[in-house]
Amino acid sequence: MGNNNSQSIHLKKEILARIIEAFFSDNFEENTRLIPYDMRPKGADVPYRCCIYKERAILKERVKAGLGFSLEEDDETKLLSEYAKEALNRDKLDENPLTVLDAACAGCVPSRIYVTDLCQGCVARPCQSACKFGAIEMVNGKSKIDGSKCKSCKMCMNACPYNAIVKLAVPCEDACPVGAIQKDENGITRIDFEQCISCGKCVAACPFGAIHEKSQIIDILKYIKNGSKKVIAMAAPSIIGQLPGNLYQLKSAMKKAGFYDVYEVAQGADVTTLNEAKEFEERMENGAPFMTTSCCAGYNQFVKKHLPEINEFRSTTQTPLYYTAEIVKKEHPDSITVFISPCVAKRKESMDNPNVDYVMTYEELGALFIAKHIEIAECEEDKFAVESSKQGRNFGVTTGVAEAVKSVCKNSEEVKPYIVSGLTKDTAKDLKKFAKDKSCPGCNLVEVMCCEGGCIGGNATINIPRAAKKELKTLLDKSENLERTE
Amino acid sequence: MAKVNVKICMGTTCFVMGSSQLHDLVDIVNKKYGEDVAITGSTCLNYCTDTSEYSKAPYVKVNDIVIQEATIDKVLQEIDKCLKQQG
Repeated sequence: MGNNNSQSIHLKKEILARIIEAFFSDNFEENTRLIPYDMRPKGADVPYRCCIYKERAILKERVKAGLGFSLEEDDETKLLSEYAKEALNRDKLDENPLTVLDAACAGCVPSRIYVTDLCQGCVARPCQSACKFGAIEMVNGKSKIDGSKCKSCKMCMNACPYNAIVKLAVPCEDACPVGAIQKDENGITRIDFEQCISCGKCVAACPFGAIHEKSQIIDILKYIKNGSKKVIAMAAPSIIGQLPGNLYQLKSAMKKAGFYDVYEVAQGADVTTLNEAKEFEERMENGAPFMTTSCCAGYNQFVKKHLPEINEFRSTTQTPLYYTAEIVKKEHPDSITVFISPCVAKRKESMDNPNVDYVMTYEELGALFIAKHIEIAECEEDKFAVESSKQGRNFGVTTGVAEAVKSVCKNSEEVKPYIVSGLTKDTAKDLKKFAKDKSCPGCNLVEVMCCEGGCIGGNATINIPRAAKKELKTLLDKSENLERTE
Repeated sequence: MAKVNVKICMGTTCFVMGSSQLHDLVDIVNKKYGEDVAITGSTCLNYCTDTSEYSKAPYVKVNDIVIQEATIDKVLQEIDKCLKQQG
């Protein structure tokens, strides 16, 4: 599921832009404290909540997440100005990249099976006989589910001829492929970080915008502002089409916003492709049944936490970000590297890679341009020192990685891709089966991308995938094919 | 000659705040109104910078009417209104 233009995402982006404006103003701390009041001044409309005070209270929490803090340990007496000051002085990041805003999360009823008024109290009572747990009784002539006995198996739902029984949905729980997010006994959603693979699907799914990424923008802007070190951006391939203008204009816009230089992560993707193709050929020669890709951070977390059995089939080739960051740190040893990312999962990968200092999502980059009043479409074109290949630039679209590997394999017709476009509870089951059977019938190269459609469907993307793909095609038509030299 | 002119602001602010999501609007309008309505993307129309009102982005202009926080529905409603006025 990609991002959408719901009001909560609009709010998040506005808040990020306001935090950045405050940061570059003459009084960061005080202007940060005032953000909720600037957004909801006295007498303003109250678009979402019961009153202006609650609106401001929730906006305050969103600002806290934008400053990079956890919302779980809440100290209401602490002012935003104090948080702003703390953000300026910290030098370490929180380990878990997601946080839940309790005050915004209260809208959903706990997930359960529920008999609606449509129940006709029929004589046959197929729901009762379908239930293996004896959870359905008749009360006042209608079916009623005993929550303590119900196991949510949905057998009654399927049995009811009137479609009178429904499952009350909790979007974040439904979106999570690994069951890591759940409502606790008080109805408040909690993320189990032991289980969480940081894929960001809950962020995109929550209609209340209650799940936030802990932003690192202040940490990054601190370095940009004080100028002590070169801050270098590494833009993921899926950035193409996420903002106005072309890739080369975007590069100069980013330099205008304060980055010393910009690298394409597609450059690292080219290294990934060549290494992965070699590894694939070796594995096939040695009789392996299949190999999976290893570039999606969400998938890598999934393997680590939920499917270690598939690890032996996963490519040991590093991610495009890994190779890019290695190149940048070699060329600029004392620089601060920032990965420009479509998703939250890469925050986790970056924390484990000493060559990647920070992560800035597309939404955050967009907010930076807003705050700095930079018109990307009016910027000059600025070419890259190393231009990436067509295949590398296509890495962020589903099938892109498998096609890239295939294009440089010696016997490319022997490469049979199996594509996982979006890790869901169902596709996770398929992968489990491949690992258990040690076989992927008819296929030998399994490409896994956690987000539907690939990285262009990431939780922090701005544009709709269809429109972004159109822009990408324009660039691909001008890009060179990747050549294998050995 | 088109009776109604629609301009979708594609400046940085509007794009980030949601005009990128109006991608389908062009197709919908062309299909629904044909030559009666001319719709184009535009460089920054300056509504965000003049007033610092980026919270009201994206902006779409329908003839002389400026629509704030534009959605596909809001724009179609305004086009219908304009066409009706012109008979």
